Amino acid sequence: MASSKGKLSALHSLPGYHGVYVAIWAVLPAAFVLAVWLLASPFFIENSVRSALPDTVKSQGAATTELMLGQVMQVANGLKRLSSDELAAVTSGSSNLREALAAKGVPMANAGEPYMVEAAQHYNSLRDGSRWVMSLVVLIIAIAGAVFAIRGISAPFRARNRVERVMLGTLLVASSIAILTTVGIVGSMLSEAIRFFQSVSPSAFFFGTVWDPRFSAAGSGGTEGQFGLLPLLAGTLYIALVAMLFAVPVGLFAAIYMAEYAKPVVRGIAKPLLEILAGIPTIVYGFFALVTVGPFLRDISAQLNGLVTGNYVNFIQAQSVLTAGLVMGIMLIPFVSSLSDDIITQVPRSLRDGSLGLGATRSETIKRVILPAALPGIVGALLLTASRAVGETMIVVLAAGVAARMQLNPFEAMTTVTVKIVNQLTGDLEFNSPQTLVAFALGITLFAITLCLNIYALYIVRKYREQYE
Amino acid sequence: MTDMTSSVQSTFVRPAQARRDIGIKRRYAAERRFKAYGLTAILIGLFFLFVLLWTVVSKGYTAFQQTAITLPIEFSEKIIDPKNERGANPAKLMTANYPLLVRDALVKALGIDPANKPLVKQATDMVSASARTQLRDLVVANPAIIGTTATVSLLAEGNIDSANKGQIDLTVAEANRKVKDQQIEWMKKLSETGAMAKQFNTGLFTYGASSRPEASGIGVAALGSLYMMLIVLVLALPIGVAASIYLEEFAPKNRLTDLIEVNINNLAAVPSIVYGLLGLSIFINFAGMPRSAAVVGGLVLTLMTLPTIIIATRAALKAVPPSIRSAALGLGASKMQTIFHHVLPLAMPGVLTGTIIGLAHALGETAPLLLIGMVAFVVDYPGSPMDPSTALPVQIYMWANEAERAFVERTSGAIMILLIFLVVMNLGAILLRRRFERRW
Repeated sequence: MASSKGKLSALHSLPGYHGVYVAIWAVLPAAFVLAVWLLASPFFIENSVRSALPDTVKSQGAATTELMLGQVMQVANGLKRLSSDELAAVTSGSSNLREALAAKGVPMANAGEPYMVEAAQHYNSLRDGSRWVMSLVVLIIAIAGAVFAIRGISAPFRARNRVERVMLGTLLVASSIAILTTVGIVGSMLSEAIRFFQSVSPSAFFFGTVWDPRFSAAGSGGTEGQFGLLPLLAGTLYIALVAMLFAVPVGLFAAIYMAEYAKPVVRGIAKPLLEILAGIPTIVYGFFALVTVGPFLRDISAQLNGLVTGNYVNFIQAQSVLTAGLVMGIMLIPFVSSLSDDIITQVPRSLRDGSLGLGATRSETIKRVILPAALPGIVGALLLTASRAVGETMIVVLAAGVAARMQLNPFEAMTTVTVKIVNQLTGDLEFNSPQTLVAFALGITLFAITLCLNIYALYIVRKYREQYE
Repeated sequence: MTDMTSSVQSTFVRPAQARRDIGIKRRYAAERRFKAYGLTAILIGLFFLFVLLWTVVSKGYTAFQQTAITLPIEFSEKIIDPKNERGANPAKLMTANYPLLVRDALVKALGIDPANKPLVKQATDMVSASARTQLRDLVVANPAIIGTTATVSLLAEGNIDSANKGQIDLTVAEANRKVKDQQIEWMKKLSETGAMAKQFNTGLFTYGASSRPEASGIGVAALGSLYMMLIVLVLALPIGVAASIYLEEFAPKNRLTDLIEVNINNLAAVPSIVYGLLGLSIFINFAGMPRSAAVVGGLVLTLMTLPTIIIATRAALKAVPPSIRSAALGLGASKMQTIFHHVLPLAMPGVLTGTIIGLAHALGETAPLLLIGMVAFVVDYPGSPMDPSTALPVQIYMWANEAERAFVERTSGAIMILLIFLVVMNLGAILLRRRFERRW
């Protein structure tokens, strides 16, 4: 291509760009067609097979038709594994379809009927045909694209600009994924939550005080559970509060010490060590709560009770608000301390020097000057931490218990929104009962709470940063 | 120091001066108290860190050893293949009565009367039920072994293992513990002859899920985690870098990009369980992907990791000084060439650091994986990311819910392995930053 004028400098774009340009023309349209074909062809084939099913099946309603269709596909998969001899035996009806397939590791629910084999073969031939046509079409499009691109190339051709436009488009698509994720989160949860609210009224959900979803055996029906959000919300907020009560003083004082007092050496050691706490997976904290903190609190409460009243009965349960809150507090220490540390060090030197110069001690400077100046930022940091405490899952799953109740004793077990999401969605599930759909309603509630906290916190932190920049 | 001298002086001076000095004393005391609070706070944090690590290590280090009972097993043809059918029907070897081989070997080694059924039962209970598959695999792999006697090292049952490691209190009344007096005697006897010994627990790294602690390991879960990490790396790194290049270098400053910015910061703080709900309803319910497959887990973790990578990459791009861009543009490079040839390579250390930290975070994430059905009892290695699999932290979660003593030990052991992975990844990130970080 470069030889079209003999001299490289006569080209508008480097030869490499021309190559990329041709490659783009060859790959992009072909890939697009391939994707569309792969997505669309199963629908067409299924429709064709569905209409080929005998009328006796179709007359039994949509559900039966779908069931039969599923079986036909299973048979079709199984038929592919049979050798040609076995296939002939099956089609002529001389050997049992079910046994032949079972020998190849394809289980079947019932014995199967002759029309199934026919439909399955129809399905297989359609699918193979579709594969062939697809490969052919894609290949032709790729070659056509490449030929078109090669013919368009000449020395003054602006290949680079076109390649760069495609690259820019790719970058744009990539950055829109972030938006799509949010849309996906909100959209998927809303649609499932709306399905939930069709069977349970929103007021019963948001203002109900009893959580009793009552997993009913499939098909029995009639046993509507009660889905009150309030006990879960109370537990969530209570545990988050205990965690914050523990984490905020410790984290804040640690941040103040590291930002204002610690020598660089101490800071260089203590800060990364504390941040290790932030890097430990939450499942590890959950395990820690389960095997160490919970039993420890239970035993020590029994000892204390024994010393005071002579009755060695524990008043702290192993799974309790206190256990979960305490362990979650440990997890939150590094969040509070490193966020506050950043904010405190952002307070301008001049404020500090002015206060010290007027004769204030360091602690007075911190209490009277630096903290008030940093307050908005610190509040933002605390809100971010609180949102993390509300959305935390693994610690509460292992340490908080599953009993949904509203009470004020921190030594008893309570449960949280996240625990119930996990409980409702693990195990075998069908997606049309309120028992599973409620998880999405809980999820959207959780998302809304954390979203408000985050947006407000980010807004405050941003405002604060602008103030000192 | 200063307040000491002032307190000495104050006794000699005027009353007004003394009053002020009392104030200074109070203020300095407050200062010291304040400083002590800060120090205490840091010490509390570090104390909990060490307690946490100590708990895990002290409970978990024993998981790397496993008691094995080495016995000469006589692969008697009479038991394995009494009717000599293995030539015609190799499947016979799969269903032979292998526990009988173990029983005979134990009876011989311990010198028990074979007719004493309860005693024999106690003896066979000492060997893990996994011995059956172990012997079966040996015979199927090498049928020539039938008729010979070979020394085989069998796993001890979980409780025997715990007792041998001294984790079971043997002073408790016999009825209240799982290891019986007779078994303890045998354990002593076997240990003396060297038949029972602790060896390095390779099974912990290679086995899959099992209801028997001695035969369960993290191998399958680790492979599932590996698949997911690969998917995250392959998807999140290019998408994240591309997105941040667009946002940082090309996007016009307007309401929309502001919105995207807020949105990304916000996504980074969304609870991880919400991503699990997203994966469940979009990838599994809507797109019809298989449940408990590594591919769904990988996609969910990718979405979760993207904001972290985007934020880190944008910070790294921002740190590259504008002079580099101006120089490249001035020499006639296009904007795209400037970014891909000059700015991005200079920002790469920061990008990779962010990616590794994001990956480390994704590796330890459990909650979203619970929702997409990765809480599965997976015995076999997943052949591809589409097969049912589980993940390392999920395996830890499942073991944490088991009651047996031997599972607590394995949970801690698995946590240690997970933490070692995380430490290695984070150290890598730190070294990368140290090695390539530039101050402009």
